[in-house]
Formats: sequence, structure tokens, C-alpha cells
Amino acid sequence: MTDPSSGLVVRSLSRRFGRRWVLARVSLEVPRGSALMLLGPNGSGKTTLLRCLATALKPHDGGATFDGVPLWPERHTLRRDIALLSHATALYDDLSARENLSAWARMGAYDADVDALLARVGLADTGARPTRDFSAGMKRRLALAKALVKTPRLLLLDEPFSALDPHGRALMGDVIDEILDRGATMVLTTHHPGLGARFCPQAVRLTDGQVTWRGPSSEAQVHAGDA
Amino acid sequence: MPPIESLPISPGAAVGLVALVAIVVANQRAGRTPWALPRWEHAFGLVGLCTILNGQYMGLFEAPRERMMGEVARILYVHVPSAWLTMVVFLFTFLFAVAFLFTGRKVFDQLVEATIEVGVVLAILLQCTGMLFAKPTWGMYWDWDPRLVSTAVMTLSFIGVLTLRSLVVDADQRATWTSVGAILASTSMAVTYYSVQWWRSVHQMQSSPDTVAKPIVLVLRINAFALLFLTVWFVARRWRIAAARAREDEAPPLPEEVLA
Amino acid sequence: MSWLWQVPAVVAKELLVEWRERSRVSGLFFYSFALLLMVAFAMPNTKMLADIAGGALWLGLLLASTRSLDQSFKVELENGALEGLVLWPVDPLALYYGKAIANTLVLLLVAAAIVPLVIVLYHPEIKGDPWQLVGILVLGSAALAAPGTLVAALTVQARGSSALLPMLLFPLVVPVVLASARATMLLFDGDLMGQVDDWMMLLLAFDLVHWSLDGLLFTRIVDEG
Repeated sequence: MTDPSSGLVVRSLSRRFGRRWVLARVSLEVPRGSALMLLGPNGSGKTTLLRCLATALKPHDGGATFDGVPLWPERHTLRRDIALLSHATALYDDLSARENLSAWARMGAYDADVDALLARVGLADTGARPTRDFSAGMKRRLALAKALVKTPRLLLLDEPFSALDPHGRALMGDVIDEILDRGATMVLTTHHPGLGARFCPQAVRLTDGQVTWRGPSSEAQVHAGDA
Repeated sequence: MPPIESLPISPGAAVGLVALVAIVVANQRAGRTPWALPRWEHAFGLVGLCTILNGQYMGLFEAPRERMMGEVARILYVHVPSAWLTMVVFLFTFLFAVAFLFTGRKVFDQLVEATIEVGVVLAILLQCTGMLFAKPTWGMYWDWDPRLVSTAVMTLSFIGVLTLRSLVVDADQRATWTSVGAILASTSMAVTYYSVQWWRSVHQMQSSPDTVAKPIVLVLRINAFALLFLTVWFVARRWRIAAARAREDEAPPLPEEVLA
Repeated sequence: MSWLWQVPAVVAKELLVEWRERSRVSGLFFYSFALLLMVAFAMPNTKMLADIAGGALWLGLLLASTRSLDQSFKVELENGALEGLVLWPVDPLALYYGKAIANTLVLLLVAAAIVPLVIVLYHPEIKGDPWQLVGILVLGSAALAAPGTLVAALTVQARGSSALLPMLLFPLVVPVVLASARATMLLFDGDLMGQVDDWMMLLLAFDLVHWSLDGLLFTRIVDEG
């Protein structure tokens, strides 16, 4: 099939919380430069899988490699290339949007043009306000800008389109296209296969932590409980 | 209290003999090896129990009256061994915690849990007997002496670590955090000791065997070894509980893949 | 040692957050101020106040430190920033030292504000060298912040943290409070025997132990999947 040394390869990855297996023997492949859509109802393990891929969680069994490099053992070096966009924005509410971005860029020694990034996500005018006053959609855009501070080779998006207005969704789509064009590999979760299918040729469905369906995104159906 | 008539047989030996006979008879009936015990640590428990009966009997009735402090000094046969054992047990807590952080093996975490709990019990025994001893000899239950303060502080730290342990849900985090807390608590002990010593000291200098009468030393040693055996028994029993709980928390087998 | 360059960035971020939420720092100050008043009311007579001035100062700083340490990690948990920092990646050592340095600076700021108050309210005679007081404040604040940063990281992530932090931290910093308070009181009273230097050495030793050991322990509690 695909060259295992290129892209993201997940082999029998399992993770439990307490006694419960939240992910059980998840295997999937995302060729380099391609994107995968993760589907599944709430609590099916999508977010946990992304957190494992982001090296926030250690797999209890199995594992994953990115471009042939094992994720967890090499996490300290790989983390510079992996960006996770999730509900936990990891932003400081007391700081303004601009201060947030420049503080994070400094802490990672990333060379980022903060004003350009803010303009890119449509927050150029609100850059000076503390993010505590931001709406959920604005926080999401800022979190996207923060993910762009890195130049990720692996981009993990947890429900990127939630909380966004149509304009925001279009903007998010443009940014995703741009990152994919740069050759990044991507995994995104969503409850709307229609939205994700534009970027992801392949899709995988998780149910109770297990892969229950995989196939082309165009064939992905919204199952009961997904939306 | 004048020394009473010597018993024909020491209480520890009597209890030990009865227990041995009971074990042998029970094993014979069940068709097992006569001296078999369900767990190795019970041997320590049995020896410790018999020895402490003897040791306390000797301490209370046979040991000579202490010249300066009189009969009150007999509480030292509990106080001094518990002080030694508290230190030994917490030293092992520290070693197990370091071993856990280096190896990540669950057995060390269980031993940390077991030694902290037994250590806290011993430390409380130590401080209660110490207070009872201090009232008639120093005229007050408590004094701001380095050994008193550092023991109290250490006990508090380890109780804090146990509290922390009870609050962490995730088993891996719980293990690591307990070890980190245990290392902090044990290292703080030494610093506290010296800083308070600097501050003030009224506690008598640590007695070495040469400064104490021979029979007293012998009785102290017997009681110390008895408590050592009992402590091994307690720690081992507590470790069995921790290990059983850990087995209960073990993950069920992974389900088979749905989609091949 | 590649994490060293990250330390100033973390310190800058910490101080920026504190600066944006100045009300938190001034809250610490008023908290200590209120405590100084209460201690005075609890004393049998006001003549004693001069004697206990040094102790009251460090009691105030100790209580202020638990509040500020607690806040410093609550901020990190608000939006999952602590995990974000680990994944960014900010080296846990840089995170620890950045936070510990920032916490020391915040404590020094509070100290700078309440030392004049102690002098005005408790009117101790200052017979010693005031510059030595600066040394005691720096060493003492650093000695509170180093184990405090580690313990706060432990307790904030556990449930019921606000009670647990002092429970674990106070026994740990007994030598710090003892040494700082003694040194300060001796300084106020006149240091006839030259004991202030001894107490400062004790603080320095405590600082050396904790500033070197606690960072390593910290790495074990933040980077565990």
C-alpha cells in the first residue's frame, strides 16, 4: 500500500482511562501530504486519538510513527512539527491576541510574523483586546493562528468548524488548503462529513474506541448519533 | 514497682509454643507440610509478636529501675524502638520512591504506599509515647526541640502525601506524584532537623549504648528487633493490599479488532 | 542545556500575565496587610509588636506565596495551557525555572510593599544593616518559591487543591520561615553575635538544594502522558 516511512502510520494504538479502553487497537495510515477525516459519535475516542497523536497522551499499547519516526519515544523532537487545534485553546485569557501569539512564539523560538497571522485569521482589528472577551469563534480563530506560529508537518484538528460562522468556516478551509499545499499531513475530526470531505480523500469511523468503518470520504454517511 | 517473681517460662516463648503447636496441628489435618504458612511474612509476624511480648515483659518487670527517671523510663522500651523503626521505614520510603522514579515499576509504588502508611502509624506512636514521657520528666508534653519538631513536620508531610495520593484519579500520575511528594517529605526532614537544632535544643543528646546500663541496652535491643519484625510484617501485609488493589485496577484484555 | 534560552521567555510571559492582571498582585498585598493588622490585634500588648515584627513579615509573605503560587498554576489550567506548553514544546525545566523565578519576583514585589508597612505599624528599631535585609528577602523569597512552584504544580492538578497546597508546602518550608524570621528579627534587634550570617547561610543552602532538585522532580510531573 503506502510507503510506511512516509506520513502517519498508526498501528494497534490503544489507550485506557482507568479500567476502560477508550481506544482499542486503532490502526490507520495517512500518506504524507494527505488528510484523513475521523468520524464517530461523541465519546467514540476521536479526541483521545488526536491527543495521542499530538503526544499529549502516552499510548498504553501499540503506537504510531510519523515519517518513520516513533511518536512517543521521539516526542521531544517531534513536538516542534506537530500542531493540535482543540477545544483547549491553551491561550492566556488575560493577554490580548497579539500578546498571546508573540509570547507563545518567543517561548518556542518560532520566527512568526504576528500581525500577518492575525490578519490571516481575520483578527487584525481586535489584536489588542484581552482574549477573555472573545467569542468562542474568535478564540477558535486565534487558536488557529497559534497553530500557524509553528510550521506544522502534522496538523491535528479537533472539530475545526465548530463555533465558526460561515465566514469563519470559509477562512478555516482556506487555511487548511494552504497548509496541505505546503505538504503537511493532516487528521481532522468532524460531525459533518460534508465539510471535511473537501480536504480529506479518506475517512475512518470510530465507535467505542474501535475502527468500525474506513473508506473514501465521499461514501461517508452521517450515521445516527454522529451529528 | 518491685521486680515480681520470675515466671517459669517467658510469655513470648509460651505464646510461640502454643502457636507452633496450633500451626502444626492445623497443617497436619489439612495434609500440608507441618510448618507451612500461607504467606512468608507471617513468620515475621509470629516471631515479632513473641519477641515483643518478651521484650515488653522484660521492660516492665525485669529491667532495673532507671536511676534518674524511675519507673516512667520504662516507656522508653516502646518509645526508642519506635523512633528507630520510624526512621528506618521512612528511609525505605525514600529509597522506594527513588527506585520508582528511575524504573517505573509498579511494585515500588505499592511499597511506597505501604511504607508511608506504616511509617505514619509508627511516627504517631513515637510522638504519643514521647509526650507521655516528656510530661513527668521535662514537665510539659511538648517542647520546641529539633527532634520533636522535625518528627512532627515529617509526619505532617507524609500525611499530606497520603492525602495527595487519595486525590489523584489516574493511576500513573498517582504513582509518580506520590514518589515526588515522598522524596520532598524525606529530604525536608534533615534540613528541618538542623535548622531547629540551630534554633534551640533541650532534648538530651542521643544516647549511645556506652552511656546506658547494660541490661537496659539488652531490653531495648530485644524490643527494637521485635518491632522490626512486626514492621516487616505490617509493611508486607499493607503491600499485599496495595498489590491487590492494583490488580483490581488492571485493564481488562483489549477487545478484538472489529474491522480487520 | 538547550532549555536555558527558553527560561527568559517563560519569565517574560509570567510577568506579562501578572502585569495584565495587576489586581491579583495588589490583592496579595492587601491580603498581607490585613494579616499584619490581625496579628497586631491578637497580641496582648502593642509593646510586643516590635519584637515580633520579623516573624509577622514572614508569616505575611508565606501566606501571600501560597495564594500567588496557586494562582500562577490556575492560570495554566484555565484553557489547558499547561499541556499546551509541554506540547509547544517548552522544556519542563525551562517552565519550572521560569515560573520559579517569576514567583520569586512577585514575592519580592509583595515584600517591598509590606516591609515599610511592618516598619510603620510594628515600629521595630532597625539596628542592623538594612542592606542585609534585602539579602534575607531575596534568599527567603527564592526559598519559598522553589519548592512552592513544584508543590503547586502537584496540588493544582489534584482535586481540592486550595487546602492541599499549604498542607504539603508548610512542613517543607519550616526551615525557611524559621531562618528568615530569625534573621529579620536579629537584624531589627541588633545582631550582637553575628548570627544573621549563619541564618542566611542556612537559607542559601536550602535554596541550593531546592533550586537544583525540584526542577528535576517537576519534569516528572508535567510530562507524563
